Amino acid sequence: MAALAVIAAIGLAVFLLRGPPDETVVVLPSADGHTGTVVVQRGETRQVLDQPYATSRTGHGEVERLSDSEVRRSFGNTLQALPARPTAFMLHFVTGTDELTAESKAELQNILAALKDRPLPDVLVIGHTDTVGDLIVNDRLSAQRAETVKGFLVEIGIPAARIRTSGRGEREPLVRTADEVDEPRNRRVEINVR
Amino acid sequence: MRWTIALAVLGFTATAWAADVGEIKIAKGAAHLERGSQRLTVRVGMPVQESDKVVTGSDGTVGITFADNSLLSVGPSSVLAIDRYVFDSTTHAGQFDSTLSKGTLAVISGKMVKQSPDAMRVRTPSAIMGVRGTEFIVRVD
Repeated sequence: MAALAVIAAIGLAVFLLRGPPDETVVVLPSADGHTGTVVVQRGETRQVLDQPYATSRTGHGEVERLSDSEVRRSFGNTLQALPARPTAFMLHFVTGTDELTAESKAELQNILAALKDRPLPDVLVIGHTDTVGDLIVNDRLSAQRAETVKGFLVEIGIPAARIRTSGRGEREPLVRTADEVDEPRNRRVEINVR
Repeated sequence: MRWTIALAVLGFTATAWAADVGEIKIAKGAAHLERGSQRLTVRVGMPVQESDKVVTGSDGTVGITFADNSLLSVGPSSVLAIDRYVFDSTTHAGQFDSTLSKGTLAVISGKMVKQSPDAMRVRTPSAIMGVRGTEFIVRVD
C-alpha cells in the first residue's frame, strides 16, 4: 500500500516536472504552391496559421515560422511516409474507335512510366464519346475505350482487381456541343489514380 | 436457399466495404493497428476502419490514403486514433476526427474539406485543430 503511494507520488512528480506535452503545428505550402489554413485552439488561445511554415507551439504566444530545412530535418521521416498524391490523366481517340490518337499514343508511354512504380494504385478509368452516333452505340464505345485503357494498365502490372472502369457515353462532354458534332476533345478516357 | 446465400454474401461485402474508410499504402518498421481487442500488424494494402488506432514503434512509419483522398502519415513512436470518419462520395460531405496523443502526424486534406471547411479536426492533448484545405504537420513530444 505504502509502495503504491510512493509510486503514485513519483508519477505525479514526474508529470508536474515535465509539464504539459510540448506540441508543434506547422502549415506547409502544398504542391501547387497554395497554402491553406489551420486554426489551432488551445484553451482560450486561438492561433490562425495561414502562411507557409507558420508554426504554433505550446508556451509560445506568437506564431513563429520554421525554415524549410528545419521542417525537413525534424519531420522528414514522417513526410516521406505520405502516400503519393492522387493524380489524373486524359487520353484521346480516333473518331468512332477505341484507337488512341497519335499524340495520345506518345502520352500513354509517359503515363505508364509514371504509374509503373506507384505502390498499390487504385485506378478509376472513365470512357467518353463525342455526340456523333446514337446514345446506345456511344455508351458501348465509351465502355470499350475504358476497357482498352485498362488493358494497357494491366500489361504494366497493375492488378486488374484494382482498376474500375465505366463508360459515360456522350453524357458528360468536356466541351458542350449540339448532337452529331465531331469533337476530338470529347473522345476521351480519364484515368484517376490514387 | 441459393438466394439467401447470395443475399448474405452481398450483405457481407456491403458491410465490409462500408467499414473500410482507408487503406495502408506505406508501412516501414514496427507498427500495428488496434481494432477493438485485436492487434493487427500493419501491412501494405490493409484496410483502415473508423475507431482504429495506429501505433508505431521507434522505427515505424505508416502512410494511409482515405476514401475522400485525405492522405495521412504517422511518424515513429506515435499513437493516432481515427475517432470518426464518414464520407459521402456523391455529395463529398463528411466528418474526419482524429486524435494524436503522441508522436508525429502529417496531413494532406482531401475532398471533404473542400466541400465543408469544418469537416476535419485533429486533437492533441492540449489543442484542437480545424483544417481549411491544407498540408500540415503536428508533433506531440
